[in-house]
Amino acid sequence: MTALTRSFRRKLRRRDRTATESREQTPPSPDPMPEQAPVEIGPNDPLIAYFQSASGAVDVDELELDSAALRDLKAAGVKLAVPLVSQGELIGVLNLGPRLSEQDYSSDDRKLLDDLAGQAAPALRVAQLVREQEAEAVTRQRFEQELEVARLIQQNFLPKELPDLPGWQIAAYYRPAREVGGDFYDVIPLPDGRVGFVVGDVTDKGVPAALVMSATRSVLRASAQRLIEPGEVLERVNEHLCPDMPEKMFVTCLYGVLDPESGHLRFANAGHDLPYVKTTDGVVELRARGMPLGLMRGMAYEEKEATLQPGESVLLHSDGVVEAHDPEREMFGFPRLKETVAAVPGGQPLIDRVLSDLEDFTGPDAEQEDDITMVTLERSAGGGHVAEVSNGRVLADFELPSEPGNERQAIERVESAVAGLGLEPARLERLKTAVGEATMNAMEHGSEYRPDRPVSIRVLVSSDRLCVQVTDQGEAGELAEPEPPDLQAKLEGRQKPRGWGLFLIEKMVDEARVTGEAGGHTVELALRLEGVVDDDE
Amino acid sequence: MTTSELQASVRGRDGLAVIDLTGDVNAAAEQALNQAYAEATAGGATSVALNFERADYINSTGIALIVGVLAQARKNGIQVKAFGLSDHYREIFEITRLADFMTIADNEERAVNDGERSNDA
Repeated sequence: MTALTRSFRRKLRRRDRTATESREQTPPSPDPMPEQAPVEIGPNDPLIAYFQSASGAVDVDELELDSAALRDLKAAGVKLAVPLVSQGELIGVLNLGPRLSEQDYSSDDRKLLDDLAGQAAPALRVAQLVREQEAEAVTRQRFEQELEVARLIQQNFLPKELPDLPGWQIAAYYRPAREVGGDFYDVIPLPDGRVGFVVGDVTDKGVPAALVMSATRSVLRASAQRLIEPGEVLERVNEHLCPDMPEKMFVTCLYGVLDPESGHLRFANAGHDLPYVKTTDGVVELRARGMPLGLMRGMAYEEKEATLQPGESVLLHSDGVVEAHDPEREMFGFPRLKETVAAVPGGQPLIDRVLSDLEDFTGPDAEQEDDITMVTLERSAGGGHVAEVSNGRVLADFELPSEPGNERQAIERVESAVAGLGLEPARLERLKTAVGEATMNAMEHGSEYRPDRPVSIRVLVSSDRLCVQVTDQGEAGELAEPEPPDLQAKLEGRQKPRGWGLFLIEKMVDEARVTGEAGGHTVELALRLEGVVDDDE
Repeated sequence: MTTSELQASVRGRDGLAVIDLTGDVNAAAEQALNQAYAEATAGGATSVALNFERADYINSTGIALIVGVLAQARKNGIQVKAFGLSDHYREIFEITRLADFMTIADNEERAVNDGERSNDA
């Protein structure tokens, strides 16, 4: 018989079950010892303190204590109790009934039992610890598996890909502080080609926030399809969330609807950090009033409008950016973010720059404090619309010396590169003219017809788009915006006869864009490839 | 495809000075084109027709040269016609509005017969 503390009891029960099963298979012993249930010692039983301080085996019959366990021991006929104490903690008791010889336990017996207890106690303790750790490892592993599943589920709630909007560069970034997070963003295609953009942030982090996030995202998606006005959408989402929102939790959220054709953005804000718009006049905030979602029913959300002009961009962000701290506990703050927005045109380069600024600020090994989410929309400059085909297949990539007349070689090589795409002849002719003009411009205005500054040309094709990139090696910087050609003015001598190049380029292809980067300018020419079969695939 | 310098020769036909253009209408064509125009108008022709049948390549600089010719002709009260343009270059003449200021004909016959504008699809 044993007497056990609570911490050991559970394991013992498991072992008892096994023992019981094994007994059933074992033939009965000729002289069975009567099996007795272990005596349990309650956590507040004074017997524990007594045993813990006992110097060796204890004569149960001689002990006088107001102890339920002691009464149980006496009732069970226990004569001698040998406490098993390890590092001051009672982890078990060896309970001995009367000797078979009916004589008292001798001092030798007690000595032997004390020695046994001295060795058994630490061994038992080690076994206990091993079991506890094994159990904890199993629990932890299961928890980690569940968290990983939660992370994957949450990942699925984020857009798998961003829409390909002609004339727009759209980029997004999401990094939870833990496996799962309370931040979210969404891109929702709407009727008439409009697109809804959402960035949200649930108070708190981790699993509770992730659950509220998923509910918010689902309600928002459903509401956005039925209601177009962003303010109404947020009202509806608020009404849905309020009844079931856990106490002290709420969701900040910015919802905007963009018309990609006009650049018109209509938005409403439920207490979220204000987005920044980079305009030619500087960086401004998009302000609209509204309470966070899930706090109170019957809230109204102010709607505001803005129009993103070509070359302008907007950054939606969560507070994980501005509330990051440096080692001195200073916050990154809005002014720093605003400076970064002012310094970078937009798109993925803006996100990359914010992240690198953040890392410089917090230090490279700093633990991320909060979820970080960013979405940027950049409207291409120059009225042209070139969708990125940077992940497309490269059909040609070559350089040409900047010499007059070499645009003919560019035309020839691009023509042969796209031969397999089945472009209809008229479109091919237009592409050739655009390539020739872009190459001439690059050689003349960018590389200034200098032989050491060749022009490079890349031809890329994706499933629905052909893109030709012509890059010069001129000084990086703004190209002078050419005056739109006006034939009447030219004929009357008010405009120079020249100046047709960019005009022709824009007329000849579906989308055209000029970008200036370090080392030169790139003109991107794109043709949509609807209905064209790529025979190389 | 290699560059071929423009050759421009002038011939008269039914009171019309026809400038036959052979080669590329680009920056290198300036002298040949201007000389041909001067030659064509020196004889007193009131109408000049540019024959693009053998001009395979016209770039924006070439367009500027044609604009220059057209500006000069307007000053001198001379009518300018064009024929033999491929569909592609005809489109470019329309986009640039050159077609609004000169008569575009499908072929020489039409150009001669007052070159009705053809609007073949």
